[in-house]
Amino acid sequence: MLTKRVIPCLDIRDGRVVKGKRFENLVDVGDPAALAARYSDEGADELVILDISASLQERRPFFEIVRAVAREVAIPLTVGGGIRTIDDITELLHAGADKVTLNTVLVDDPRLLSRAAERVGSQALVASIDATGGRSVRVKSATQETRLDAVEWGRQLVSYGAGELLVTSIDRDGMKSGYDCDLLRALHESVRVPIVASGGAGTKEHILDALEAGNADAVLAASIFHFGEIPIRELKVFLKSRGVAVRI
Amino acid sequence: MIGVIDYEAGNLASVTNALRSIDAGVVVSSDARELSRCSGIILPGVGAAPLAMRSLERRDLIGFIRTLEVPFLGICLGMQVLYDESREGNTKCLGIVSGTIEEFDASASRVPHMGWNKVIFTKTPGENAHFYFAHSYYAPIGPATTATTECGVSFSAAMRKGNYFGVQFHPEKSGPAGLRLLRGFCDLCESFQR
Repeated sequence: MLTKRVIPCLDIRDGRVVKGKRFENLVDVGDPAALAARYSDEGADELVILDISASLQERRPFFEIVRAVAREVAIPLTVGGGIRTIDDITELLHAGADKVTLNTVLVDDPRLLSRAAERVGSQALVASIDATGGRSVRVKSATQETRLDAVEWGRQLVSYGAGELLVTSIDRDGMKSGYDCDLLRALHESVRVPIVASGGAGTKEHILDALEAGNADAVLAASIFHFGEIPIRELKVFLKSRGVAVRI
Repeated sequence: MIGVIDYEAGNLASVTNALRSIDAGVVVSSDARELSRCSGIILPGVGAAPLAMRSLERRDLIGFIRTLEVPFLGICLGMQVLYDESREGNTKCLGIVSGTIEEFDASASRVPHMGWNKVIFTKTPGENAHFYFAHSYYAPIGPATTATTECGVSFSAAMRKGNYFGVQFHPEKSGPAGLRLLRGFCDLCESFQR
């Protein structure tokens, strides 16, 4: 049986892991490679690293950091932030990423997913959706509004070739008030690819809710792991005790 | 020395990082002459079957792979191309193992099959552990199957035909269990050399 995945997320700015609330008020957490190695050892099922300022600064992705993190871990690595072209994607995969996550670029060019799928396969392509006020999609690190509905947008992204959806509630990011299970469930019922829940983890019960009520295939969290509030292993033991299939 | 085949459809860094972390000697190359000096060959795989076959053809590696005498390990797509053909783009593959690579039925399970699944070795000795998968096509169970797992349907998680080994999962991304499997392959290559 396929297990549910627990995924720490490293938001990176200027070479350091940071964490904020609702995409703002960032505080320093540590060195990306060191933190990645720790999470890999503690039983994380996957890592996501996001260059949170690349899109805003219109920079190319952070290849050096990807190489440094990839050397430290023997678990899957998903990389996002500032990806705009097929070359960005193939270069990141060569640097040691296993999947890339695309967001802002897809609003202008959703067909990038189709072109990339021919080259690297859908299993390496994650489409990221940042939603606010329920289902309104925002891009550019949540600074720019769109007229897209998150569920309809998710359906379109999958039809273009996304192999997974990473769904973040902007309103709940860093707020520890629980994931947006309504949005997760609506997407779960609309697409057939795996869904990663993000934004709002504060307790172990929140994570259980995202997996059960929200039907998510994986949960992504940052603050609760970075600040040592919930050790990964302890979380997995809890999930297993509640009947969730996890890798321990 | 383990030769890792460099072609466009590979996740090279993941495989070479994993091999280096277990202190295996690694040569990354698309040159058959250089690869033929290695005691074992790994064909990594992230990508799509049509492009992978075209890349192997363009690099004149098809004959080289078909006539290998040293141990060979195909990973994910690198295993799938060992079969006769793939439904992915209806691609003719290497034909070393008989059978057709099929597409998962999205009405029976979520596709891609993405994440850690329990692998059960049915023929050769192996570690029944969770390994990491990421794929939309699969090898049905057949005479070459040595381990299975399920995603709506039971399928080949690992296979062997003579000196050709294949795993559908990514040992280079499967934590300690994956590294132990790679170590086992390297040990096999070394003993073959002697």
